[in-house]
Amino acid sequence: MGQLTYLKNVVTLELDEEKCVGCGMCLIVCPHAVLSMNNGNAMIEDRDLCMECGACARNCPTEAITVQAGVGCAAAVINTALGRDASSCCCVIEPAEDQGAQVKDPKESSQASCC
Amino acid sequence: MSLPSLNQPFVEGSVQTRVGAVPQVSSSLAWADRWGSVKARWGVGRMHYTIDSGLYALGSPDGHSPVLVTANYKMSFDRLREALPGRQAWILVLETEGINVWCAAGKGTFGTEELVRRIASSGLEQIVSHRELILPQLAGPGVAAHQVKKLAGFKVIYGPIRATDLPSFLDSDLKANAEMRQKTFPIGERVVLIPVEFVSALKWTLLMLPVFFLLGGLGGPAGFWSNALDYGLFAVFALLGALVAGSVLTPLLLPWLPGRAFSLKGLGIGLITAFIFTAFRAGNLDGWPGRFEIVGWFLMIPAFSAYLAMNFTGASTYTSLSGVKKEMKWAVPLEIAGGVVGLCLWLGSRFTA
Repeated sequence: MGQLTYLKNVVTLELDEEKCVGCGMCLIVCPHAVLSMNNGNAMIEDRDLCMECGACARNCPTEAITVQAGVGCAAAVINTALGRDASSCCCVIEPAEDQGAQVKDPKESSQASCC
Repeated sequence: MSLPSLNQPFVEGSVQTRVGAVPQVSSSLAWADRWGSVKARWGVGRMHYTIDSGLYALGSPDGHSPVLVTANYKMSFDRLREALPGRQAWILVLETEGINVWCAAGKGTFGTEELVRRIASSGLEQIVSHRELILPQLAGPGVAAHQVKKLAGFKVIYGPIRATDLPSFLDSDLKANAEMRQKTFPIGERVVLIPVEFVSALKWTLLMLPVFFLLGGLGGPAGFWSNALDYGLFAVFALLGALVAGSVLTPLLLPWLPGRAFSLKGLGIGLITAFIFTAFRAGNLDGWPGRFEIVGWFLMIPAFSAYLAMNFTGASTYTSLSGVKKEMKWAVPLEIAGGVVGLCLWLGSRFTA
């Protein structure tokens, strides 16, 4: 069985090809082969496979990649919406909806919840 | 310098280094280690299944041995050492409060800052002559390799996703092939996640069961207890059926269930479950009360199953937060509506003349 695909056309992943230096770190850390190399630069090969884990953006030395990173976990979304804090659990939801930030530092997030 | 305690049950000895006695472990797991994994999989003490953070020796490593980094969730540590029989390596355990590598990386506790701090506090620079660390690829969301190099002088090499691929990674010049770099979600991985999903959903279901049983006694054609044993008991079975559909069958059959949204997958299996269960009530279809009851369950079972399936997004390995939010926007209102309308029909059916 190949890669499982979640919803289409929702992912916030963006790549600025001007900034890319072609180091290939994003290809290494991506767990779903979303990116590929094209003439010495990274390119988004299959956007719908992206799960917004943020590994590529975190490891991009030139901030060429942006993504609203977070954990795709319904329980965490519910807990955050209800204002519950379950910091002992593993999922985390980003604190604010500020667009375009590179990778949100989960340390700044006060609300963590469980998956 | 802070070294992990030697008084941990899985520590078999110690290796003397310039910074002191480093606890030594082997790749073979004891019965207690395996039992610990089983318990954690069933949700027993899962949030406190930790080991001391810091440096460990796997076998008898020396200054040239590789350094592997992992989380202080005991199951992560055990999967790592178990994958490396006959190897000598240093294992640097980060403080992630008992959370596995991937979740902790997403949360930031398995992150650049903690790694840099742990490199310093473990005295790693005095123990190994090289300046390389092998991290699990799934540490990527938390660790910025270029920053670790800048801040601590160590080069981060991302190893394979699965610990079981480590031997071949180590033997092929620290190169991972494409397959080692892809997170799949095969049936075996889904099956081991089912107990935790099931147990946590069961706790809520067990609270609902007596309420539904007693509500089943209200109204209706016969006395309270005979009604409860009829409508109430059926409600108990129907809810347990929905529980199994959403928290067991959905993870198990995930790739084969129709729809991309998890709620849709749960809805599908919930409808099948509703068909099977209401078939036992088909004898009541000739009157309105019986029809209302059956329609009620056709709403409640799929709604409950879809809700539980939706919650499996957190355990799955490929759902994005943007996608989950989009799914929830329509799924949560429908699940609530299905549950509420279904409940009203079910209750109302016994007050219909």
